[in-house]
Amino acid sequence: MATTLKVNGAETRVDAAPETPLLYALRDDLGLNGPKYGCGLGQCGACTVLVDGRAVLSCVTPISVIGSRAVETVEGLGTAEAPGPVQRAFIELQAMQCGYCIPGMMMRTEALLRDNPDPQDHEIRAAFQTNLCRCGTHMRIMKAIRRAAELYRDANPVQEG
Amino acid sequence: MMSGRPETAKPFDLSRRQVIAGAGGLIVGYTFLPAFAQVAAPEAPAPEPAHLPGSLDDTRLLDAWIHIAPDDAITAFSGKAELGQSIKVPLKQIAAEELGIGIDQLTLVNADTGRTPDEGFTAGSMTIQYSGTALRNAAAQVRVLLIAAAARRWGIAPDGLRAENRQIIAPDGRTLRFGELVAETDLHVEALPESPLTDPANFRLIGQSLPRPDIALKATGGAAFIQDLRPEGMVHARVIRPASPGATLIEADIAAAEAMPGVVAVIRDGSFLAVVAEREFQAIGAMRVLQASANWQDGPALPDQTAMSAWLEANVSETGTVAEEGDPDAAEGETYEAVFTRPYLMHGSIGPSCALAVLERDDMTVWSHTQGVFADRDAIAELLNMDPARVRVIHAEGAGCYGHNGADDAAADAALIASKLPGRPIRLVWMREQEHANEPYGPPMLLKLRAKLGDGGMISAWSYDLYSSTHTGRPGGPPALLAGQMKADPYPPFVGKLSIVPTGNGDRNANPYYTIPNRRILWNFIEAAPLRISSLRALGAFANVFAVESAMDELALMAGTDPVEFRLRHLEDPRARDVVERAATEFGWSGIGEPGGTRGVGFAYARYKNLASYLALAVEIEVDPAVGDVRLVRAVAAIDAGEAVSPDGIINQTEGGILQSMSWTLFETVTFDQGGITSTDWSSYPILRFSHVPDSVAVHVIDRPGQPYLGAGEAAQGPTCGAIGNALRNTIGRRVHDLPLSRERVRHALQA
Repeated sequence: MATTLKVNGAETRVDAAPETPLLYALRDDLGLNGPKYGCGLGQCGACTVLVDGRAVLSCVTPISVIGSRAVETVEGLGTAEAPGPVQRAFIELQAMQCGYCIPGMMMRTEALLRDNPDPQDHEIRAAFQTNLCRCGTHMRIMKAIRRAAELYRDANPVQEG
Repeated sequence: MMSGRPETAKPFDLSRRQVIAGAGGLIVGYTFLPAFAQVAAPEAPAPEPAHLPGSLDDTRLLDAWIHIAPDDAITAFSGKAELGQSIKVPLKQIAAEELGIGIDQLTLVNADTGRTPDEGFTAGSMTIQYSGTALRNAAAQVRVLLIAAAARRWGIAPDGLRAENRQIIAPDGRTLRFGELVAETDLHVEALPESPLTDPANFRLIGQSLPRPDIALKATGGAAFIQDLRPEGMVHARVIRPASPGATLIEADIAAAEAMPGVVAVIRDGSFLAVVAEREFQAIGAMRVLQASANWQDGPALPDQTAMSAWLEANVSETGTVAEEGDPDAAEGETYEAVFTRPYLMHGSIGPSCALAVLERDDMTVWSHTQGVFADRDAIAELLNMDPARVRVIHAEGAGCYGHNGADDAAADAALIASKLPGRPIRLVWMREQEHANEPYGPPMLLKLRAKLGDGGMISAWSYDLYSSTHTGRPGGPPALLAGQMKADPYPPFVGKLSIVPTGNGDRNANPYYTIPNRRILWNFIEAAPLRISSLRALGAFANVFAVESAMDELALMAGTDPVEFRLRHLEDPRARDVVERAATEFGWSGIGEPGGTRGVGFAYARYKNLASYLALAVEIEVDPAVGDVRLVRAVAAIDAGEAVSPDGIINQTEGGILQSMSWTLFETVTFDQGGITSTDWSSYPILRFSHVPDSVAVHVIDRPGQPYLGAGEAAQGPTCGAIGNALRNTIGRRVHDLPLSRERVRHALQA
């Protein structure tokens, strides 16, 4: 049974059962590496992607509920040659140890900044409460989020007049 | 650079046997050089081989470490694996430094039984110390050989020649490429004990914080992890595990699972039960059907989690002496006594264990995020009754592991499944609940401490009774693997033995690194292990340092002395004193103040293993007395890891160690009842979240150019716990002796 998904701007047919979590469609059918399997329970945030600009836990979201909404993963934020602002911030601050949780952190950052381009410390902590990191990279992740906010504002200046 | 894609992320390569053959391709065109020929072909073999630096001592031929191809491609080989601790760049820095080349002119191959030296386990903060030292010396000796070859070609003395940019350059400007010289340079020779190492004053690469190329890859969705390997024809496997450890499978509705869409096979071998399906979610669906229908005969009942101290005391199998000096019983002084505990802790990798395995004809290849590809290969070969030469284990990066987690078990699971489905690459992933319930845990500990404060505010005696099982469930062979314990004709479970070695195990850092005239440190060893256990970052040092540093603060209070001053009074090693003084100064330490408020400070120090890195830190915490909640507000650490290859790498590891140790200290306990593990997800096993991230963490690296590498990965675990415990005491005026320092315990202490 085929479902049509719009991922990183392109429409693709995915031949998977409708109850299949989006995570498996992204990783196994579309070959994307960004979203990670961490718990399959919606508890850790490693699988975080954007659906219509909002952070969604792809491990507990069946493809049948996505419909025509736009799905974005880190692959959609930029490339190694031309990274987007959030990617640049994490690379610039070397904000990884193993890096397994980081694509989820980056998608959470993207969602936060689209909603709130100048988040305060407590707003960052609240937004990231459901994203777990086991290496203890949190200090650098926090710095990268703040740096991403700066780069994001530079890349998306508020339109005057 | 490494073409932007790690070795491990290569697509499935059926010609890899040829790659192995090719890796040794330098062994052509022998031209013995006088100096090295003597080593390679001694007239009379020495009874004792000379000690060689680092892992060269075990893998003694230069070409096992450095390969140079005729086209100038240079490859370094390390038996150590990348576990998220960021070792690849520093290892390349070290090798490239001595070869006189740029870091981008070197490819590094890690941990592959088909290609790299066997360096045991990537553990114990020993990668730079052993593998780095080996590569440093091997690269320096290869440089000397290339210079000698060029000198011979030119008929000049080697003295003025230098290596640069993959060339040997003569004083008059003539050059010869490494690739030209390699045909007449025999690198298949044993290394020498001494190498002409680069003077630290001339370092180009060592000491630089260089960016990690894998970070850009991982940030943009590049194939970087074992989970990203997708060979042609790959199928998805899941295992079915009982709730009760040691349970045996009576029956399961295999026919029902086999009839499900996409299911390729259901595999049962004794109590080992797995399903293979074309699609991942089909495998999960079939796994659930099998899980629901499986009928297990429970294993032995687990002990009462609330009475683990009594259980430990009741199950001592033998007692070993870790250290003894003078007579602590006879020594005079005011006595301090306390008992500390820690629970089972889990590694809790964010990515559950994963493995890929394929049997082609008679060859089994396994990709694993194991810490020890060679030990894993041997265990899998024995498990499958295969010749180890027909089994290859290749390391592929997983999520950070912090020790021996489920990686080896998953590798064995995948290999066992692959052995029954020849030709199909099997991708196995454990479910989160399986990882939480089945990984080998860091074991519980009971620590009884008795110290005396003698004349002049100096400690006169120290007695320490440690109760713990071993902290390492490996190498262990098949008995250490779940598949080994579950298959038909199972192996009996791994049983640890008491072994007291200088680096320590459960007794790591049990012996205080302080000047104390009378001491007795005993390890009351427990052979029984109701839950599987194995190495968790820092082993016993985490809780032992907590106990030792708690006692140091209490003794300082008894002496009426500031805790930093009290430690300095008992520290002779100048490098130890340096980290203590540096951490105190950078923190702005001004004493512990009076308890009673909501904020307080604490200090701790340890030299990891009593022979590796020095680390001291000061912390400030905040306590919410109504809830009992503790938050680390600020931490300032000083670390001396010897010569710093990558200062930023040391900082990153230490920051991570501080935050992870804080999570263990405040939040974590594996929970269980008689029938099995009850902490099977992130809500029942809470860890650090962003609400509890400190406001600031500063790590100061004291660089010691020219000094041996001491390793940085685990130095923060013990001191962080000790400092937080001390800060809690200094904030609320009462000490909490049992880990974790949970909200319930803090509230209880406040009400006491």
